[in-house]
Amino acid sequence: MELEGNVLGIRQASRLHLVGARIVDPATQLDTVADLMIENGVIRRIGSTEGGPGEERINLAGKLITPGWFDLHVHFREPGKEVAETIASGSLAALNGGFTGVAVMPNTNPPLDHAGIVSWVKNQATPFPIDLQVIAAVSKGRQGKELVEMAELCEHGVQAFSDDGSPVASSWLLRHALEYANMLGAVICEHAEDRDLAANGVIHEGAVATKLGLPGIPSVAETLGVLRALLLAEYTGARIHLCHVSTAGAIEWVRWAKNRGIRVTAEVTPHHLLLTDEACATFDTSTKTNPPLREETDRQACLEALADGTMDVIATDHAPHPFEDKASEFEQAPFGIIGLETALGLCLTHLCPRYLSLQKLLEKVVAMPRQVLGLPPVRIAEGEKANLTMIDPDAKWTVAPEKFLSMSRNTPFAGWELKGRAIGTISHDRYWIRDS
Amino acid sequence: MSSFPHKHLLGLEDYSADDILKILDTAESMKEILARPIRKVPTLRGVTVVNLFFESSTRTRISFELAEKRLSADTVNFSSSGSSLSKGETLLDTARNIEAMKIDIVVIRHRAAGAPHFLAHHLEAVIVNAGDGCHEHPTQALLDVLTLRQKFGSVKGLRVTVVGDIAHSRVALSNIHALKKLGATVAICGPATLIPRDVAGLGVGVVYSIDDAIAQSDVLNVLRIQLERQEAGLFPTLREYQKYFGVTRTRLEKAQRPLTILHPGPINRGIEITSDVADSEHSLILDQVTNGVAVRMAVLYLLSGAKQ
Repeated sequence: MELEGNVLGIRQASRLHLVGARIVDPATQLDTVADLMIENGVIRRIGSTEGGPGEERINLAGKLITPGWFDLHVHFREPGKEVAETIASGSLAALNGGFTGVAVMPNTNPPLDHAGIVSWVKNQATPFPIDLQVIAAVSKGRQGKELVEMAELCEHGVQAFSDDGSPVASSWLLRHALEYANMLGAVICEHAEDRDLAANGVIHEGAVATKLGLPGIPSVAETLGVLRALLLAEYTGARIHLCHVSTAGAIEWVRWAKNRGIRVTAEVTPHHLLLTDEACATFDTSTKTNPPLREETDRQACLEALADGTMDVIATDHAPHPFEDKASEFEQAPFGIIGLETALGLCLTHLCPRYLSLQKLLEKVVAMPRQVLGLPPVRIAEGEKANLTMIDPDAKWTVAPEKFLSMSRNTPFAGWELKGRAIGTISHDRYWIRDS
Repeated sequence: MSSFPHKHLLGLEDYSADDILKILDTAESMKEILARPIRKVPTLRGVTVVNLFFESSTRTRISFELAEKRLSADTVNFSSSGSSLSKGETLLDTARNIEAMKIDIVVIRHRAAGAPHFLAHHLEAVIVNAGDGCHEHPTQALLDVLTLRQKFGSVKGLRVTVVGDIAHSRVALSNIHALKKLGATVAICGPATLIPRDVAGLGVGVVYSIDDAIAQSDVLNVLRIQLERQEAGLFPTLREYQKYFGVTRTRLEKAQRPLTILHPGPINRGIEITSDVADSEHSLILDQVTNGVAVRMAVLYLLSGAKQ
């Protein structure tokens, strides 16, 4: 397939000479200023390199090169809601935000619940230099009744299953999904929430909800969902991954579970790390998301859990919605915040180094997301395929949603001043670099 | 007169005590107009007001309409009893159509909290909140404090308890804001399942016994209890509600001195309040309704930016 409308200027990395960047890779314990020589998408040399004929030479003095970032939780809306995002626009948004890999959630219409549609989705991404992994549904049609054909899906490259958007509907089904997935070496990614308790809530249940007169989602709805997932993971011996953990209560139980040896990993989103329900106080629907933005104590617990390793992954839960759906009454607007094009800047501006070192941050956005999916690690070493994110750590920029490559604009971070921006990526033998 | 510092009336949370007092003082002047043989002034001549009622309402709609007519505004009514949340035109499109028709003031009643804020964000017109979901009903609270001020001279120092379904009440929230800003001591009383979370942030006390509420209050503002809350499992039966939270003469007679009774209506006689209480000399329920027109005239006048 041809790449239409090549807005990023993606081209072949035939002979590429990246000069003078700081190269950081926790996996190889690399943190050095050096040149990188890339030939046909493979790292040939690290160190001072001589130029040669026919090569592209890019001066990256003062810039940063890390292994390619991976977003473990995105929604690309194709098939079904292509006015919000397509696989093409989502892939471009990911690259623009510095991600060389993403895992798409299966709550499309129809859902990604069998091998045929999974192959189709992966095929849609082939024009782009991106590693698009599919998380398949746990239940057929996401109906919460019968398991999907997990073994066949695994043969088609699926490594994880989720009914995200909803929790796995019954404890009975979750238990058997865990057992069956465990047999296959796959993981269940659980959107942990007690739906009875969450009921018709649209915002975190607390002082802000009370003041706004909006129905609340109590934090205990998440805590109960997390506890169910943890206890079933322990009982079955299976591995579980918790999506978008947002409450202090749930975090305590994840910490307990890890100490106990339960095989659990967990992710947290930039918006839960940086915003609270106070952001909803003007009825701005771009702050409406599920799980909802919580209270300051929850936010602090998320930050602490990120720093102490209880949270393994930073994932965006990139959830695009078109203007017309979000431009409505708060209660009627759909849940969701987009994050692919703001995450890197938010992390570098607000989380690193204040809460975690660059090395630790890279574990959360490079190593752990791939480890959760059982993917081979990405390393910066001679002889390895080049899978890199290039960053200008000093670039000051303002979040301007109208410039996003995502088709949607639903971000609560519009107008934020950030420092640090992705300026290019290299993967799948191809690269792009931002004109500065 | 000095100009009024707000463009819209979306809620009382962001109004100051001075703003509220100014509305009350203006409402007193409006009451004088209402006492004249010809109850009409040309103040809002040439101003077009649309009353957008997305939720059924009798008294609030009529009260606003009367207020507009007494001030000589041109009025247009739109009522939609069905839910706008699930069918038909979006609120944004409705708003844009209104804009295109050159409307000056929009009075909106909507079942979604924040709907007036949404209109204020998208329209140039002045927005008056006539009740949004379980959020605010500012003109109701203004007429409540006006009624209390007329009876007591001042709201300051009064002990007021709002009784009933606090969690689903826009009247409660607006009342709490208005009363607190004017210096009253406010408590709420109702079954625990109808008290919202983290009310401490609102600066009110919570009592779960109606007898305690009566013992510590000068005024009870009794809210309508809705059958649908019982059906949602929030309290066992209307019978039990009446037995433990109903405001009755027997209960009121235990107090040291008579309590003043408010109710925003419509009344469920024999459930949250008995007829002998609702119709007693201590009930100000009909004064509230009369004051409603004056308060809405005051709000429309002040927001229209009209100069005397």
